[in-house]
Amino acid sequence: MAPAANGGTADAGPPELVQLLTPEGERVEHPDYSLETTPEELRSIYRDLVLVRRFDAEATSLQRQGELGLWASLLGQEAAQVGSGRAMRPTDYAFPTYREHGVAWCKGVDPLNLLGMFRGVNHGGWDPDEKNFHLYTIVIGSQTLHATGYAMGITKDGSDDAVIAYFGDGASSQGDVSEAFTFASVYQAPVVFFCQNNQWAISEPTEKQTRVPLYRRASGFGFPGVRVDGNDVLACLAVTRWALDHARTGQGPVLIEAFTYRMGAHTTSDDPTRYRIAEELESWKLKDPIERLKAYLVREGWADGAFFDALDAESEQLARRVREGVRTMPDPDPSSIFDHVYAEGHALVDEEREGYLAYASSFASAAAETSDGEDD
Amino acid sequence: MAVESGQKKSWTMVQALNEALRRSLDENPKTLVMGEDVGRLGGVFRVTDGLHKDFGEERVIDTPLAESGIVGTAIGLALRGYRPVVEIQFDGFVYPAFDQIVTQLAKMHARALGQIKLPVTIRIPFAGGIGAVEHHSESHEAYFAHTAGLKVVAPSNPADAHWMLRQAIASDDPVIFLEPKRRYWDKGQLDPNGAPELGLHQARVARSGSDLTLIAYGPMVKVCLEAAEAAAEDGLKLEVVDLRSLSPVDFDALERSVKRTGRAVVVHEAPVFLGMGAELAARITERCFYSLEAPVLRVGGYFAPYPPSRVEDAFLPDLDRVLDAVDRAMAF
Ligand SMILES: Cc1ncc(C[n+]2csc(CCOP(=O)(O)OP(=O)(O)O)c2C)c(N)n1
Repeated sequence: MAPAANGGTADAGPPELVQLLTPEGERVEHPDYSLETTPEELRSIYRDLVLVRRFDAEATSLQRQGELGLWASLLGQEAAQVGSGRAMRPTDYAFPTYREHGVAWCKGVDPLNLLGMFRGVNHGGWDPDEKNFHLYTIVIGSQTLHATGYAMGITKDGSDDAVIAYFGDGASSQGDVSEAFTFASVYQAPVVFFCQNNQWAISEPTEKQTRVPLYRRASGFGFPGVRVDGNDVLACLAVTRWALDHARTGQGPVLIEAFTYRMGAHTTSDDPTRYRIAEELESWKLKDPIERLKAYLVREGWADGAFFDALDAESEQLARRVREGVRTMPDPDPSSIFDHVYAEGHALVDEEREGYLAYASSFASAAAETSDGEDD
Repeated sequence: MAVESGQKKSWTMVQALNEALRRSLDENPKTLVMGEDVGRLGGVFRVTDGLHKDFGEERVIDTPLAESGIVGTAIGLALRGYRPVVEIQFDGFVYPAFDQIVTQLAKMHARALGQIKLPVTIRIPFAGGIGAVEHHSESHEAYFAHTAGLKVVAPSNPADAHWMLRQAIASDDPVIFLEPKRRYWDKGQLDPNGAPELGLHQARVARSGSDLTLIAYGPMVKVCLEAAEAAAEDGLKLEVVDLRSLSPVDFDALERSVKRTGRAVVVHEAPVFLGMGAELAARITERCFYSLEAPVLRVGGYFAPYPPSRVEDAFLPDLDRVLDAVDRAMAF
């Protein structure tokens, strides 16, 4: 294994990017990261990429239509998420930020679950343990420590599961992330730090966070760092599989920097034209993660028109389900404010809940009186 | 000193704050603006719009995404003679900097026996009402006001936002400057060439009345003014006091008002339990005990995490909840 060499000292020139599929869709080999795939598996990976992108596009338009308050699009980052997401075993745990819709998909989380928070009906709304996919985390970097602690617990339990902590290039500046690296390294925790370097933290380019390529940061903490082509789903899959294996066999953490690009705005309330140039976007379009896998499938004759048509139909079906699901998602009852504040109950919360209910019902009865009056 | 005043015109709070930063940068070369996305983007609320272009990146600094780092380095810059004005992007993201603020920023002047000054202003868009996701609607004023060594202020309108920010930046003490984000787009009259009408820590009677004093700050002042308007239709004259400063508090102004009206209701968005209202009620009771016709009542958020946006209306005090408390106070 050569990732240590990959994580060596700073030197001039662009650092090596692990790639198994070129932007033109040609399969290449890498000396350290091999991957065996069947045509069927490739088609299934392609399906994930397409459906995840369709889901994301639907969420973006639902936001535009006022059905969601906000949306953080993953457009352009599908390969990083599907590649890493598929590398996990069901018992491996993922700790996401707020953009990991593709990872959630791979873990089997119903996409509708992800939308509640963006619609404003809950702050999470799914049971993290059901699919081993933790709640979205908005405070930047926090979850890397939770992932590390969870991984420390795995070790104590003598299990061979592993954890992936997702975060962005901006997050790499947070103290929490450095502390997570320290703990993971000191305790050899089975955690893979998966940084999606999408080049931007809202308006700030990666250079405003770091002067050395991010993957190299790992070496100072004493564990390997690898930079992978984040738009190459096969490379992301192979490298993450290797890293999880490394972690689960007691060899400690790995940092993966998936070099990718955020094609859309930071969120639907952001205006990227204020800070980035159109040419940059155009150059990244040529590296589209879906197009390159499609080119490979077509060139090899592993997918035909019927396959693509069926997938289109499936995408539309997914979009429809998401659209209807969001539109019919009920608002929570206001008294739910008081639910789940504590696991064991709390006198003040109980008192305030009662106060609120009495107050709210005074309106209901006043309204009833007025409408009675109007009816008569 | 009377300053020749120019024409007043209408400004949004965002524009008024932007102008305050611009003038502060202009007036003192030691003033710096720093934070996440404050440069080219002009901040997510555009409060720093255009400053990067006009003052350059040596004065308007896009920082790494690290709040502890932002406040910690601002402390260092202040030790070196600069006057950093720091932007925390949203209320819920100040907590990673909490350690630097309460253990270092607040205490260093005292530890140095007054020998060093820390003129750091920390601007935080705070409180709710804009339909945001988690951690974008918090009212954390009590944490800061509870910490000796910090000054804490919260304007409620564009003119105050402008003058209070200029005063905060000019202050030699650290100031936590809370901007009510749901009032960012409200308009008000301002002449930035004039002079502030009040000191940074003075309260203001926003509407006078004789029956009861409503005490509020930041986003809730508008709600209280609306409540007073509604009550007036029923013949009830409510006085509204805009606290403006949460540490120190202008207790003299509160005492003057409550001694006249005999009743007080404190309104804020933060949970009532151990909030600003608790301190205000206690002090008013001490100072005005023999003038009070009713206990000082409080209206605020519930003892629960700030809820998802679809139910935030139930959490936030509105006109009805304020009037309900007024009725209860009047019934004593
Ligand atoms: C502690 C904290 N500070 C600020 C923010 C506001 N904020 C939300 S996302 C973001 C940029 C994050 O960039 P990055 O880590 O690169 O992730 P990306 O969104 O690009 O995937 C910022 C500044 C936040 N959520 N948390």
